[in-house]
Amino acid sequence: MGRSRPQLILHLVGVLVVTAILAFILLPAFVVTLAAFNGRAILSFPPESWSWQWFAKALAYQDFRDGFRNGVIVTACASSIALAAGAAFAIALDRYKFRFKRTLEMVLLSPLVVPHFTVGLGFLILAAQVGLARGYGVIVACHVVLVLPFVLRSVYISLRNLDPRLELAAASLGAPPGRVLVTVTLPLLVPGLVSGWLFAAILSFNEFTASLFVTAQRTQTLPVALYNYVREYADPSMAAVSVIYIVMTAVLLTCANAWLGLGKVLNVEHQR
Amino acid sequence: MPGSGSERCSTLSISAEHPRFSSKAFALAPGEESIAVRLEAVSKRFGEVSALDDISLAIRRGELLTLLGPSGCGKTTLLNLIAGFLMPDRGEIAIAGERVTFTPTYRREIGFMFQSYALFPHMSVAANVGYGLRMRRIVKPEIERRVADALALVKLSGLEDRRPRQLSGGQQQRVALARALVIRPKVLLLDEPLSALDRNLRAAMQIEIKEIQRKLGVTTVFVTHDQSEALSLSDRIAVMAHGRVRQLGTAQELYREPTDRFVASFVGDVNVLRARLAGIHGTTAEVLVADQRVTVSSRTLRDVGPGGPIDLFVRPEDLRVVEACAPTAVRGKVAAQIYQGGHVDLHVDAPGIATARLLIRLAGHEAMTRWPVGAEIGITIAANNAVAFNADG
Repeated sequence: MGRSRPQLILHLVGVLVVTAILAFILLPAFVVTLAAFNGRAILSFPPESWSWQWFAKALAYQDFRDGFRNGVIVTACASSIALAAGAAFAIALDRYKFRFKRTLEMVLLSPLVVPHFTVGLGFLILAAQVGLARGYGVIVACHVVLVLPFVLRSVYISLRNLDPRLELAAASLGAPPGRVLVTVTLPLLVPGLVSGWLFAAILSFNEFTASLFVTAQRTQTLPVALYNYVREYADPSMAAVSVIYIVMTAVLLTCANAWLGLGKVLNVEHQR
Repeated sequence: MPGSGSERCSTLSISAEHPRFSSKAFALAPGEESIAVRLEAVSKRFGEVSALDDISLAIRRGELLTLLGPSGCGKTTLLNLIAGFLMPDRGEIAIAGERVTFTPTYRREIGFMFQSYALFPHMSVAANVGYGLRMRRIVKPEIERRVADALALVKLSGLEDRRPRQLSGGQQQRVALARALVIRPKVLLLDEPLSALDRNLRAAMQIEIKEIQRKLGVTTVFVTHDQSEALSLSDRIAVMAHGRVRQLGTAQELYREPTDRFVASFVGDVNVLRARLAGIHGTTAEVLVADQRVTVSSRTLRDVGPGGPIDLFVRPEDLRVVEACAPTAVRGKVAAQIYQGGHVDLHVDAPGIATARLLIRLAGHEAMTRWPVGAEIGITIAANNAVAFNADG
């Protein structure tokens, strides 16, 4: 269909603006990715020569390896605990009426009020007070506090989308409450639980500010290890780690998408 | 409706077992075996709102009873009480002679069909229908056989492996019906099951539900706000308003002998004519509409003396159109004609006897040419079918 000239110009401007915004969003990742392939030992853009050596170096560097392992342990524990606790809170908020419900809702759903460094500092003081070494326990506890609201929100949204009549229907067909939970409620909540866990895991694995306070040399997570590295060196192995990280996350989300549908996992789609 | 606010929380009531009552047998009164569901003085409030007020109702074994009423009348609350989704504040409920007032839903042996069907989206059609059988730990071959039978009953054989979202609305409805029936419930509860369907499908499903219900002989309680649906489906109808049953009877009884103004105007079309009482003779009363004398039953009249104001309720098919000059006929003017195929509806202004426009239903289509719009006509009332109530207010 023929468009008038002003419409055409408007259309082109629109496309241009959207492209520019997308480019801006992707720019940092793009720069870092190119920097990772730099042939020389400097963080510069664009690179003058090309090499894979920083990937090899990053993968071999002991602090990064330890940081990765620590991060995986902390992330797995923290997201799983947060998932269990968050799901319980979400069910309580969704199904029960009790005093201070609004207060609890506000506390649990507004993670942005308390800054990460406050949480980290709090746990640091607390750990020192009770004479706890800066081991995994403190880091996991700290991360649980940080990611809980995200898990809670994700499960809560899934619960709100769950038609309560499905549970009533199951009961009418002779299912006692426990079996209703196992055969109807939980299967329908799986996308919400998975998305909650994934959010928590990505946030926890990335978390830096609070982790800086509560980790020790022995227990430092990957972001902390990266920070410690960049204080002394400035070669592209950090960029290489970033690229590895981006690829891993992308693979993870692609798998989640293939299994459950990204729309459901990210809770942007109604399940009914 | 008042119950909707608590619906989400009510899901928990399925675990609420009341310690006061075990499901011991009622002491059966003679003839009680023919009663499938009995409600005794049941009341339910939601906060300040009284949803059900002292309801007593006996549902006979094998009958299809409709709870009919406008939204907010308590009909869905009543159904939820029978299902056990809600617990009554006062009163007793018994199913098949057994007290179940506080028995959790899953032990009541009921079938429930929701307006939204509430099919399990993560299960196939066969798994949906077989769900109740699996909960009863029935052996697999028998589950398969009974699921196949149930799907054949609702004419859905061959769709076993589909997911609910791959089915049309009508098909989903049939799955829901099969799922509720396959467990051989003591009572089948249907909550406005047809209101989500388009008109043609709805009419077809009404016939089909009635056929299936009759074939299986399952006691059924059907909730609807649609009076024509109630009239065409039911063995008996309980008309409800403001948390009470206003009248319980067959469709014909409700249509021909309504006991109060609400029932008379809610069930079927009706004209309300201004009249005066001429006199009461035992069980009959003479009523004057303008100069016309009409005989009605006197049992619906309270404390009216001769000459007192009366509202006469007359069905559209019980009004006759005659020449305007005919003696004793009431004058009116045709305001609109609506051709309905088998009959013609005349909308008539007759300010002498009614404030609202009258609806007159005439068989055959010759009325179209005989009484055109704008024609001055005379109106008479066919004998014996009118019902009189005390004038409003």
